[in-house]
Parts: sequence; C-alpha cells; structure tokens
Amino acid sequence: MHHTPTSPAPATELPEGAVRLLDADGTLHEDARFTPYLADLTEDTLQRMYRLMSTERRVDQEGTSLQRQGQLALWVPAVGQEGAQAGALTALREDDWIFPTYREHLFALGRGVTPGQLLALFRGVAHAGWAAEDHRMQPYTLVLAAQALHATGYAWGISRDQAGWDAERRLAEGQVVLACYGDGASSEGDIHESMVFAASYDLPVVFFCQNNQWAISVPAATQTRVPLARRAAGYGFEGVTVDGNDPLAMHAVTAWAAEQARTGSGPVLVEAHTFRGGAHTTADDPTKYRTRAEEEAWAAVDPLARLEAHLRATGAAGPDPDRFFADVAAEGEELARRTREAVLAMTGDTVAPLDTVFETVYAESHPLVAEELAWHRQWQAGFADTEAEGDRS
Amino acid sequence: MTTDTTTPAGAAPGTAAGPAPVTGAATALETLTIAKAINRALADELAADEKVLLMGEDIGSLGGVYRVTEGLKARFGADRVVDSPLAESGIIGTSIGLALRGYRPVAEIQFDGFVFPGFNQITTQLAKMHARTRGAATVPVTIRIPYGGGIGSIEHHSESPEALFAHTAGLRVITPSNAHDAYWMTRQGIRSQDPVIIFEPKRRYWLKGEVDVSADGHRGVSAFQAQVVRQGTDATIAAWGPLVPVALAAANAAAEDGRSIEVIDLRSLSPVDFDALQASVEKTGRMVVTHEAPTFGGLGGEIAARLMERSFLHLEAPILRVGGFHLPYPPSRVEEQYLPDLDRILDAVDRTFAY
Repeated sequence: MHHTPTSPAPATELPEGAVRLLDADGTLHEDARFTPYLADLTEDTLQRMYRLMSTERRVDQEGTSLQRQGQLALWVPAVGQEGAQAGALTALREDDWIFPTYREHLFALGRGVTPGQLLALFRGVAHAGWAAEDHRMQPYTLVLAAQALHATGYAWGISRDQAGWDAERRLAEGQVVLACYGDGASSEGDIHESMVFAASYDLPVVFFCQNNQWAISVPAATQTRVPLARRAAGYGFEGVTVDGNDPLAMHAVTAWAAEQARTGSGPVLVEAHTFRGGAHTTADDPTKYRTRAEEEAWAAVDPLARLEAHLRATGAAGPDPDRFFADVAAEGEELARRTREAVLAMTGDTVAPLDTVFETVYAESHPLVAEELAWHRQWQAGFADTEAEGDRS
Repeated sequence: MTTDTTTPAGAAPGTAAGPAPVTGAATALETLTIAKAINRALADELAADEKVLLMGEDIGSLGGVYRVTEGLKARFGADRVVDSPLAESGIIGTSIGLALRGYRPVAEIQFDGFVFPGFNQITTQLAKMHARTRGAATVPVTIRIPYGGGIGSIEHHSESPEALFAHTAGLRVITPSNAHDAYWMTRQGIRSQDPVIIFEPKRRYWLKGEVDVSADGHRGVSAFQAQVVRQGTDATIAAWGPLVPVALAAANAAAEDGRSIEVIDLRSLSPVDFDALQASVEKTGRMVVTHEAPTFGGLGGEIAARLMERSFLHLEAPILRVGGFHLPYPPSRVEEQYLPDLDRILDAVDRTFAY
C-alpha cells in the first residue's frame, strides 16, 4: 500500500488509547492503572509544577526577545511543551539522569541550571553551559538522537553498578535515565539502535518522546504512520501515548515508567502528544508550512491554562489563588530579568578564551595542539602590543 | 583499580629513541602473533581494571571474526566481554554513555569498512565530549578496527580510513606494526583518558614477534611516539601498520644498491611524532611516505607539508608519497596493483635520488 504523507488536520485529538487524566477544563478523571501514580502529588508538588511551567515560559519568551535583539545567536522556544516536561520532571527522582535534546529548558531550570548557564550555548559562549554531574542532566545535544545512545550506555553502566541488587533495593535506591527525543528524531537510526540495546540488556531507560507534531516544517505523519509509542511493541517493551498537555497524566505515566525501569523490567517508552507552540527556532517561519487554525486549536488546550484551572478548582493553589498566580507571574518576571542580566553579562573578559578549547580538546597532552596553542598565544600577544601602542597615542 | 596514565614512566613524548635497549633485570619475552599479543593485552587490562569491558559483534563466543578476543568471554564472563547487537552506532554510542558513567569500554568494529555507521558517534560525539564540556567529561573509549588490504577479501573489508579520524580533533589514532607494539600500544591506548582508535593491521595478524610482557616491558616508549625501526643515512621511509614490513624490505633491497635507508614506524597518527620525522629527514635529506590509504588528502601529504615547513633547507629532494590511488578499494583480484609494494616504494626512493 502506498502511503502519501499529507499535512495533517489539527491533531489535538488524542490517538486511541492515549492517557488523559485532566480535561482541558481542569476536571480530573480516574484511571485504574495510572491514577495511583498521582498519590505522591502533594499540593507543594502541584504548585511547583505550575511554577516551573509558568516561569520557564517567561524565560522562554525572554530568549526569543534576546535573540530578536541580537543578543543570542539562536533561541529554541519550548512554548506549549511545559506540561509534558513538568509532569515528567516531577515524576523523576533527583538522582535520576536526563539526557536532553535541545528543547528541555524546563528540565534544565527545574534541575537548578541557571538561566545564564542555559543560554550560554545560544549566546555562543560555550557548547555546554552547565556541569552535568551537578544537575544529573547532560548538556544539550544538537545532532539529534545521538544522546539516546549515550543515555542507553549510561543506563547500562547503572545496570552494571546495580548488579546483584534485589527488587526492594532497586526500588529504593535505583537510578533511571530519561532519554529525550522528538517525533523528528524518531526516524533516526540511533533511536532504533538505542531501543534494541536497551531491550537486549533490560536497561533502566525511559524513552521520552515529545511528539510536538512538527520536525521544523515536516509533520509527524511523515515520520510515522502510527502513534510513536506503538513502536515500543516491536522492541518488546511497553509504550504509552499520553496527552502531553496534561501535566498530571504526564506525571503519572512517567512515574509508572520510571518504576518499571527502576525495578529491572527494562525500558519503557512514553510519548507525550503535544505541540510546539512557537517556531522551531528563531530562524524558522511556521507560517510557511502550518495554519493559524492549527496553532489556535492547540492554544485552546494549553497546558498552563489547564493546570491553573485544576489548581483553582481543587484549592491546590492555596487559600488565595489569585495571590498565588500573581506571585508566580512575578517570579517569572524576576527570572526573566535575571536571564537578560546574565546574557548581557556574558561578554568581553567573562567569555572563556579560545585557549580553553585548546586546553580541553584532549585530556592528555597532544603535541600538535600544544604547538598550535603556543603559536596562537604568541599571535594574540602581538595584538596586545598593538593595542598598548594605540592606547598611548 | 582505575589507571590514569598513558605515558609510561621514563617515556619522552615527541622523540623517537629507536627500539630502546633493555635495561634492568626482568624481561619476559614471549613469541606471539600480533593477534595473540592484542588478545593478551586485552586480557591484562580486563584483569587490571574492573571498569574495562569489551564490546562488539561476535567477540564473545566466537572470539571475533579474527579470533582476537578468543577465550576472553570464558575467562571474564559475558558481562565484560559483550556480544553486542549488530549496530556500530549503537556500539560506539553506548560506549560513550558507559564512559560517562565511569566505565572504560573497548569497542571492536568488525572491519574498517563497517565503521561508517558509527562515524557520526565517533566524530560529532566521542571526539568532542571533553572539549564541549570544558574538560568536565572524559570519555576513555578505545575503538579497535582491523584495517587495510592485501587479504583477498570482498568489498568493504580492505580499507584504510585512518586519515578521516586523524583529521578529527579530540581523537587519538594509533596503529602497531609488530607484536610487541601491538601488546603495549593496546594497553596504553586503553589506559589513555582520551578516545583512542587503534587500527590493527589485519593482514599482519599472524605475524610473529617477541613481546616483552614484563611490567616495564614497554621500555618507556609511549604509544604516541614514532620509532626508528631501521637506522640509515641516505633517505628515510616513513610507514605505519601493514606497510612497515614492506618498508623494511624496501630498505634491505636498497642496501644491496649501496643505499642506507632509515625506516620510521609512525605508530601514532594522532598525534604524529613530527619531531622524530624531522630528526630523521634532517639527517638523511630525503623522505618517502607510504600508506595504503589514497594519496590524495592522505596523511602523507600532511607529513610532507609539515616537514617542508620545518626542514626545507635540509631537503635534497621533495618528499614523495606512495599510496593508494583515488579509487574505491578495488576487487581483490587486482588489489596487488593498487597497494603500495616494495617496487613502488623503491621507485620513489630512486626518484628522491634523481633530484
């Protein structure tokens, strides 16, 4: 049968079997399998979830502004995907590892990466703005899907380190790895190979696919005929499609998936059915390939509005909900201010010189690099003399 | 135990001392083929460091298609000598992840021509990891690749892609030519904190030689140094891997014509030991560089250019290259015409004397 990819109708409709716990109006549903995984969702966690989503969105908007003002080389908006990320992040433990693509801003901020560290890559001052070990989160990866194999290898290491642990200890202390990718990268061979390796060795990997419907200009229908979660069956493990704009469903399903992986059942695939509300990057122009109607349909199921409705309806926003939401908005403004300040400060002497790259390309000395570094320093020193003369004149 | 030194004590990086004399007491010489010497090195590293593990296609029960890992699974277990799925990108990519977790993976790529499915992981990920994290992450992954032609094999089994990797900053590339070096360079490569690609000269796997397996059998020579393997005064032949024996044979043939040829085994292709090459060419004034890889864009050109910058006034003739043609590796019935051989190397030596 010949299959012709076509530009899809607005895909806010969930695929059959997808998990949704929270309706667009904030009403919570029972699900026999996944509702139990909401048991740990305290009022604090729900508030944290909302705070992360709201403040990240504000930082995200600041990123776009900074790029438009020429302060960033590029920005990668994650608007619309906050619910998928907040639900997943709050379901992980602090010592679980995240191997991101380049759109996991909420994961980064939620794990304590500062806005300045997050934007260093986009400012062009570093390839990796933060130390992975400090946040249990690897740097962004731009060659998509490569990180999924690193995640799988890392999980292999965890699995080896935990050899001989019983189920109880695994549940209490075991680590899992979240391997992030998207609908576009799902077509890359490295995703396939990751799933093969993870399945073959029962590795503690949660494959975390944010299907945001668009790989730059190419619709998800060109990458796949079926919901991406269904591919897991071909590798012999379970995959679940979730309403990615439902933070509670994302939390529950990710918590379930992490438990599976943690206790030695091997990998699980969680597909967040969501939408990239903004451009692919600030260099993109979505008006060339998708309709306003599609964007509006998705905006109507925005994850922030949905969680806000839930918090207001259940009283989880505290005794004075308006005050809570106003406070969070103010935190967002403050974080945006710090973002701008940090970006503008990354200039002049605060930018690590080229010498740093010479010094870190190899861990052990390499004569060619040493020779070129010596030449480079001498060359730069020559300019310093010229500048000094210029100063005197 | 995790070791963190590459350069053995007493090694003087950047010089070619020639085969160092055996000093001190204990030597333990064993006659091994190159394949067995590598096997022994892998076993010794597996025994020395519990973080070392081997992975690759068919390396376990079968012992590898060249039997280089024979017996290692039985001795160290399937957890440390891992038969991986048939997926080169997966082998390299998961090795990176394992290294980030503190392991020291030694990956086997079955044949030179099969490395390309893993090329992205090697060049865009493995090579850059240390620099992109400003030194925070080390990825001491070793990749063993049997390479080169002359074995009468079928397509994609006879290639020499070493320049592609030497061209990539962040990788180290080494290639032994004899059993003693195969043993020590493999051990030193695994112990390096950097990613190391070891190109193993597959047509020499069965070449026997004496290997000093005693604790200081490396004699202070680093894997990243060249070695003068034959002293001479009139011209230098620089070679590596499978062509070192050919270069030595050419030097012996030239001796019959009264010419004294020095032969340098580069051993390391990143870094290249330019100091050793410079010392030799400034002594002899003439140099021929030979490799199986295509001449165009090959390492011979880089060596010639660098030495022209360093030693121009010492040169009696241009540095000449003898390598493969700008062709896909040919069907093996005609590979003899493709591969540099004794006559083509001697012809180039003659031409350096004709200037």
